[in-house]
Amino acid sequence: MADETRVQIEERYEIHPQFLFRWEPSQEAYVLLYPEGIVKLNQTAGEILRRCTGRMSVSDLIADLKAMFPEADADMDRSVRAFLEAANAKGWVRSKA
Amino acid sequence: MPKDGSEVRLDGQGNPLWLLLELTYRCPLKCAWCNNPLDFDHYRNELTTEEWMRVMREGRELGALQLGLSGGEPMMRRDVETLVAEASRLGYYTNLITSGIGLDSDRLQALKDTGLNQIQLSIQSCDEALNDELVGTRAFEVKLDVARRIKAHGFPMVLNVPVCRQNIDQAPKILAMAEELSVDYLEFANLQYYNWAMLNREELLPSRAQLQRAEVDVRAARQRLGKRMTIYFVVPDYYDGRPKACMNGWGSIHFTIAPDGTALPCQEARVIKGLAFPSVRNASLEWIWKDSPTFNLFRGEAWMKEPCRTCSDRTRDFGGCRCQAFMLTGDASNPDPACSLSPHHYVVREAVAEANAPGRWPRPLVRRQAGAITTAFAGE
Repeated sequence: MADETRVQIEERYEIHPQFLFRWEPSQEAYVLLYPEGIVKLNQTAGEILRRCTGRMSVSDLIADLKAMFPEADADMDRSVRAFLEAANAKGWVRSKA
Repeated sequence: MPKDGSEVRLDGQGNPLWLLLELTYRCPLKCAWCNNPLDFDHYRNELTTEEWMRVMREGRELGALQLGLSGGEPMMRRDVETLVAEASRLGYYTNLITSGIGLDSDRLQALKDTGLNQIQLSIQSCDEALNDELVGTRAFEVKLDVARRIKAHGFPMVLNVPVCRQNIDQAPKILAMAEELSVDYLEFANLQYYNWAMLNREELLPSRAQLQRAEVDVRAARQRLGKRMTIYFVVPDYYDGRPKACMNGWGSIHFTIAPDGTALPCQEARVIKGLAFPSVRNASLEWIWKDSPTFNLFRGEAWMKEPCRTCSDRTRDFGGCRCQAFMLTGDASNPDPACSLSPHHYVVREAVAEANAPGRWPRPLVRRQAGAITTAFAGE
């Protein structure tokens, strides 16, 4: 698998309107709800998706996360973009035109 | 393919995630595979709106996230919109599971306004004559119309096709119909053989060759449609040799409430005779879930017999379905006979062989209808 993703840093992602994304206190986690399905997200995934509001570019999103997790590894750019590509492939998010 | 690696496997951490409300057993359709009890017409005392409200509140307090409104036909109740409004307020993701009958434009709009999240619509064929023959009433045109209006209202839609011998060969045409309707999720629901489906099993069970052809069609459609439509197709356990991880385990994440308030670990659980199922009319959901003997009966592994007890798959399939074990072997703690390792697996093999025997005498289908059969002599 190549390192490059198709996610471009100037793109702005939003949660696909078919999914409901929210904090669920009983799980102490962000969850994605869809027809008869539930995905519980780990902390990083939840923090990325929380920023997929359609207003923030991928580069701003990464900068924001770096400020929140200053000790995170240097590879954050790549891993965030890889996650967004996976989330896009699953239909959770879409790039806002 | 990109990797995800970010999903966390979700269990309820001991709490229910799914609350299924069977609001009523009343239904305008007469499907020969209905999963409602054979004596459905004996249940007349449906919970009131207030009682369902309390059930939803208590379920949410236990951590349930998904709410299913089902039946029978849930739209037979005039209070669905009221219940959806309360469910939305409580923070559920609400799923309406419907035949489409009774879902007129006013009610659809009211459901949209009260926050319903998605609609699962059943359809039995891509062909009016076959569809209406299978459900025993004129329904096909109504369903198509409802499907279009569901999309026009902007709901995500699951089209649920109960798969049987009579309709499975239409898979390519059904796929095309679903595509034309802009369905988001198409579910080929292989029948689960309980209650009415069990009564008609020999006539409904598709052949292995039919299933294999349908699988090929589904695979091709998945390639063609990609993200546009998600297609579910699970090989029925009768042919798989592996038991289904039924309900993710007894009393694990699923909580079903029958129209009369009976609390069940799964919709079919009443087929197991001799169990006392608690009622929400005289107990809290918390007590039922955590403390009632019936919900605890098949939790964990202590109840398991060999070969389940030492099987490496036991944490994945939980020994299969308790209801099926009871129905086909007479003991709910036996391994599910759908499993090829079960000493009773021959029962399933025989059922498959009988349904596919050359020269078999085809029997009529018994449609779900009050008075069609009597359960008086069947230990009901």
